[in-house]
Amino acid sequence: MNQAIPPTPVGMIRLMALSKLGIGEEAVVSRLDLPEDVQYHLMHMGFVPEARVTALRRAPAGDPTVYAIDGLEIALRRDTADAIRIRQVGDARPVPKS
Amino acid sequence: MSCCTPVSVEIPAGPRSAGKIRTIALVGPPNSGKSTLFNRLTGLRQKVANYPGVTVEQRIGKLSGIGRSDLILIDLPGIYSLNSYSEDARVAVDVLKGMMPGTPSPDAVLLVLDSMHLSRQLMLAGPVLALGLPTLILLNMTDVMEARNGEVDSLALAQELRAPVAKISATRGTGMDAISIFVARKTEQIHRPLELPIMGNAASYRQWATGVSTRTKYKAPLSSETTRRLDRVLLHRAWGPLIFLAVVVTLFQAVFTLGQPLSDGFQALLDNAGMRVGALLPAGWIQSLLIDGVWKGVSAILVFLPQILLLFLFIGVLEDSGYLARAALIADRVMRAIGLNGKAFIPLLSAYACAVPAIMSTRTIENKRDRFATILVTPFMTCSARIPIYLLIIAAFIPNRPVLGAFLGMRAAVMLGLYLLGFVAALATARLLKSSILKASSAPFILELPQYRLPTLRSLGLRLLDRAKVFVKQAGTVILAVTLVLWLLSHIPTHGGMFPQLADSWIGKLGQWIEPVIRPLGFNWKIGIGLLTSVLAREVIVGTLGTLYGGDPATGNMTLQAAIRHDLQLGGAIALVVYFALAMQCTSTLAVVKRETNSWKWPAVQFVYMTVLAYVAALATNQIITRFF
Repeated sequence: MNQAIPPTPVGMIRLMALSKLGIGEEAVVSRLDLPEDVQYHLMHMGFVPEARVTALRRAPAGDPTVYAIDGLEIALRRDTADAIRIRQVGDARPVPKS
Repeated sequence: MSCCTPVSVEIPAGPRSAGKIRTIALVGPPNSGKSTLFNRLTGLRQKVANYPGVTVEQRIGKLSGIGRSDLILIDLPGIYSLNSYSEDARVAVDVLKGMMPGTPSPDAVLLVLDSMHLSRQLMLAGPVLALGLPTLILLNMTDVMEARNGEVDSLALAQELRAPVAKISATRGTGMDAISIFVARKTEQIHRPLELPIMGNAASYRQWATGVSTRTKYKAPLSSETTRRLDRVLLHRAWGPLIFLAVVVTLFQAVFTLGQPLSDGFQALLDNAGMRVGALLPAGWIQSLLIDGVWKGVSAILVFLPQILLLFLFIGVLEDSGYLARAALIADRVMRAIGLNGKAFIPLLSAYACAVPAIMSTRTIENKRDRFATILVTPFMTCSARIPIYLLIIAAFIPNRPVLGAFLGMRAAVMLGLYLLGFVAALATARLLKSSILKASSAPFILELPQYRLPTLRSLGLRLLDRAKVFVKQAGTVILAVTLVLWLLSHIPTHGGMFPQLADSWIGKLGQWIEPVIRPLGFNWKIGIGLLTSVLAREVIVGTLGTLYGGDPATGNMTLQAAIRHDLQLGGAIALVVYFALAMQCTSTLAVVKRETNSWKWPAVQFVYMTVLAYVAALATNQIITRFF
């Protein structure tokens, strides 16, 4: 799993955009670079730091993409997913149970 | 059918007796099953669909479903938090804090949480409990959760939240006795305020909710394998759009192949009834008024009931099953190319029924400019009030020839074309608005895809009953009144006790006076009168034509279909449906646009724009068809 994500150098966390996550791959949400109101809404849908997210499938036109997070399936357009930063599952910081 | 059914509930006046519960608010996140529970508790029939954001206004009912019609229940829009992010969340917060004028301040809260996603849904419990009102927490769909290997310790949850917790199933009606017991108690017995950690942002609510769900041994159910498997096909790169198209085509074809025989049978029944009653009445003006005027007008519109119900049955299945959200996902690419918010798709789709609730449901769109653009284009979507005139003209003028073998007939194809015309007009107008007066940065598209559910017969049945009631009510009120006035105007002035020829009556004179304006469209003066009366509501035109043709000796003995075929050319007929596809003829819609935009400017702009567009398009249609066919 996660072959698309290059290995992280020791002591450094490499962040990437959620939109780059391949279908079937899992990652951990790290940061949301979005206006506050949008961020707030997304957090209530489950997009909070340390939450595990999986890219499930793309819409027939290639966009939006459906993500599984916290038992829900949420579709996001690419420009929104671009602003959500994720990191590899095993990376740094302890992941709290959720 | 121009509006949703209004429900009026009297709010008991008089002083509050201390400690007794009288008004209860129903709170919960979107799609948690609140509306289903509200219907069960009150016996009202609110629309329930399997996508988030169905309730956009608070609704009020009596708790008669559990034998307590002395208590008031307020159903609030689904909210994720008390920090108002969109219009519908603001409504909920105002009601809960007792700041909504005209709505009583609640003494207690029923908090509905979907137990399938409990750890996230608990994020709402914190701020709601912090309001300090006595609260009963209802864990909905626990039956399904437990069937899918999920579990939760509801006793531990009650201790953790310091509030009573009950497991229920709103769909099956289990656990309702817990609600009866809760509302019968005195408030001080159940009021034990919760000491919440200091919170403020989503991340800290989240942390608290996760802690609570861990301590109550919550285990989330396995996600439904069926949903994933179905989506693999229904959202497939190639199959997805193809199935989407097939579904839409089948929908329209069914209205003709299954609906037409039903409609014909119903028509024979109504005609027969009219004749029997007519035979009992003495010949004279009363018979003429009741049979030629009222009955021809009202039955002309009633015959379309079977076809409309059939269409709504199919659409109801799509909505309740959860397919609609997938359709929004498939259509998003198109919506974005136009510059509309992806969320606009759901109001636009629900406008096929009626623009009034669709315009209210735009409140889920957070960006104000996006929301106004959606409100302005929504009336272009083919609402059910347009169906009668479409069906009438198509049955009268379009031959029933196959287009794509047995799969798609010519009539269904024309009907589909009219729906597409409305859709294209909506998209083109949106494009125009977004690139001019309502320019805005594009708002994000965040769509929750619900699990597929099997629609229940009960929900589909209630939905159809509701549609039928609204339709019949409209025929019994607005259309009845219009036909009465029309009959009167077409029978004065009398000459020596004799009724005038239709063309010499007041209505005939009025029609001839406006005829020069509409003749280039291929319309005659009777159609002109129909255009005037249908400004009230679109379906009124069919009743009007029924009365006018029924009262004319030249066409009085024909069916309405035959009379129209006899009186209009193909060009004028097609121009008529094109006019109806584009024109703004609905006072209820104008009123709701005024309310939602809080100004007369927007409905005025909308009315002028749509009417001018309809006139020009109908003119072009008639000129082209007359010249080339």
